[in-house]
Amino acid sequence: MATIKLSANKLDELKAVCKSFNNEKGELINVLHKAQGIFGYLPAEVQEVIAKELNISVAHVYGVVTFYSFFTMLPKGEHPVSICLGTACYVRGAEKVIDEFKRLLHVNVGETTPDGKFSLACLRCVGACGLAPVVLVGDKVYGRVSPEGVKDIVAEYAK
Amino acid sequence: MSKYKMHVLVCGGTGCHASESDQLLEDLKTIVTEKGLDSEVQVIATGCFGFCEKGPIVKIMPDNTFYTQVTPADAREIVDEHLIKGRKINRLLYVDPENQEHIADSKHMGFYKKQLRIALRNCGFIDPENIDEYISRDGYEALAKCLTEMTPQQVIEEMKKSGLRGRGGGGFSTGLKWEITSKSVSDVKYVVCNADEGDPGAFMDRSILEGDPHSVIEAMAICGYCIGSSIGLVYIRAEYPLAIDRLKTAIAQAREYGLLGNNVLDTGFAFDLELRYGAGAFVCGEETALIHSMEGLRGEPTVKPPFPSVSGYYGKPTNVNNVETFANVPVIINKGADWFASIGSENSKGTKVFALAGKINNVGLIEVPMGTTLREVIYEIGGGIKDGKKFKAVQTGGPSGGCLTEKHLDSPIDYDNLIAAGSMMGSGGMIVMDEDDCMVSIAKFYLDFTVEESCGKCAPCRIGNKRLYEILDKLTQGKGTREDIDSLRNLSHVIKDTALCGLGQTSPNPVLSTIENFWDEYIEHVDEKKCRSGQCKALLQYIIEPENCVGCTACARNCPVNAIYGERKGVHVIDQVTCIKCGACLEKCKFNAVFIK
Repeated sequence: MATIKLSANKLDELKAVCKSFNNEKGELINVLHKAQGIFGYLPAEVQEVIAKELNISVAHVYGVVTFYSFFTMLPKGEHPVSICLGTACYVRGAEKVIDEFKRLLHVNVGETTPDGKFSLACLRCVGACGLAPVVLVGDKVYGRVSPEGVKDIVAEYAK
Repeated sequence: MSKYKMHVLVCGGTGCHASESDQLLEDLKTIVTEKGLDSEVQVIATGCFGFCEKGPIVKIMPDNTFYTQVTPADAREIVDEHLIKGRKINRLLYVDPENQEHIADSKHMGFYKKQLRIALRNCGFIDPENIDEYISRDGYEALAKCLTEMTPQQVIEEMKKSGLRGRGGGGFSTGLKWEITSKSVSDVKYVVCNADEGDPGAFMDRSILEGDPHSVIEAMAICGYCIGSSIGLVYIRAEYPLAIDRLKTAIAQAREYGLLGNNVLDTGFAFDLELRYGAGAFVCGEETALIHSMEGLRGEPTVKPPFPSVSGYYGKPTNVNNVETFANVPVIINKGADWFASIGSENSKGTKVFALAGKINNVGLIEVPMGTTLREVIYEIGGGIKDGKKFKAVQTGGPSGGCLTEKHLDSPIDYDNLIAAGSMMGSGGMIVMDEDDCMVSIAKFYLDFTVEESCGKCAPCRIGNKRLYEILDKLTQGKGTREDIDSLRNLSHVIKDTALCGLGQTSPNPVLSTIENFWDEYIEHVDEKKCRSGQCKALLQYIIEPENCVGCTACARNCPVNAIYGERKGVHVIDQVTCIKCGACLEKCKFNAVFIK
């Protein structure tokens, strides 16, 4: 099922991560966090390696990966854009901000632009409700984003 | 803190952090050093002050000056004018919206006047990355008192007497929970802190962990002592990187000071903490789901009993409490159960932290005694509704809660009153809504959340909520019937009665509560195909006012579906059947002739 070839040193890094958790199956979620840190996402091949190292079934790993919204099996863009859809942001107009991002980037939520620069996602509450609506690009937080302000954010990263 | 004459406290919470408070902090430090003031003035980053609306916040002690919306560009003026010359900078002071006066002392601000801070006692006062500052404010004194002067049973009795109830939403007596876990016989027991704050719009746990992580560590150690556990686990959201960092730093410092480890305070008591990360699943706030997630499994809940107090993490007795609950514990031990029980209402003791958000002037984190009325919270602390609009509802309890309306404004807020009003305390999110919010859409918004977050294990939640969502969607599309509203009600009750865990059992609450309180709006959506707030796009009508239309044809030329017809220099008309409600005509009309009905 795996189509992506992992580079040998990243593979070693992944195995070292599993080992640092004593190849303990109860540590699966911690291992997945680290693995996503290494690869940026969790393709099937990575899941197979983890399953083997922790001595559990691939189905178990896949079940956990797909259960939690933090884990993704698709590569994110160079600049992942996440729009907060917590209630505070929602009532302050986050939906219109999403529409504007979709319009400008020509992608839907959950997709990545063909050049791999931007990916668009929604998340639930980063806890910066005072700044609603909130948009994250990578780790940077943009507060009080209006639909009109979206093009400036995109321009900042489009270079 | 005493060797300095002045302290400059810069808010380092997530909200202010996002508005460059870190740069501001660096600039202030550099300038203070440059002027040779670094031996007299201490500049530190603190936890959240709560007044996120006007961040970044800078507070100067000892004179209590409260500066709002400070930018890095203001750093030099603060040092030159305030720190050196002792003159307050008027333009940065908070302006009272009522009389337009500048308020210099935060104690006189409406936002703080009615508040009583117990769980948030240290947030905004201390440097959360410095254990000495926590200790200087009676930190770890409660732990020492428990270990040296009290038996576990005495501590549990004190907790029971205090009347503290779980702040995560359930409202179960904390002392009782500790007692049950203490009586479970096992070689290993666990103390778990639930920091998986998934309720959208609530950020009290994050603020406590960021602003005062030691209070949680201390309380977990006390709990460990009471129930006979030497291992504590904090289950924290991976979405809270700052809180994770602060907690890690705090744990390392506590170990260094001998407050965690094999021999806590030389008493022979062993207790240590580990972190476990969540990965974005709302249901993991439910304690059995949380425990499965910590075991590396899908976070699916299981039927209770057995309760975690009897069989939890890897089948061992596990005491799960929420962050805010823990933050109250050291104060109760220090000041006594009687003191704590004297605050609040009859069956809800102490205070509650609320995250005020939505259409309110003072968005932020507040802590008020239980029994404070909604009116006091919204109008006195919250400063009223944004842009002078009319108050419509406040949603409490997140996706599990309901809406409170004008008729509830004067009822005191506590666990029992909220349930009687068809809502619940939840973790303390309070989202304020005004006349522009459509309550059918709000119910749909919450169901969308529940559908996405349902773990899928039980059918009522997995399938029933999806059906609820579809019916609500139908209503907002103008395709609903009166029978649909009946179906919503019936289905809601079935889901409530049959779902497996707390998530499913409470997920229909937003639907039932909006139907109950905003019946008129539901009926309008169905009978008149009208949405009074204009939120439901499909129900809008774009209309051309004949008196203003000059016949310039701009609207007709820009209509993507050719729904507008009319002669040049004659009045134009929109064909409602063809119109797709894109709003292009409204945007293009220079004569204010197009409006929305």
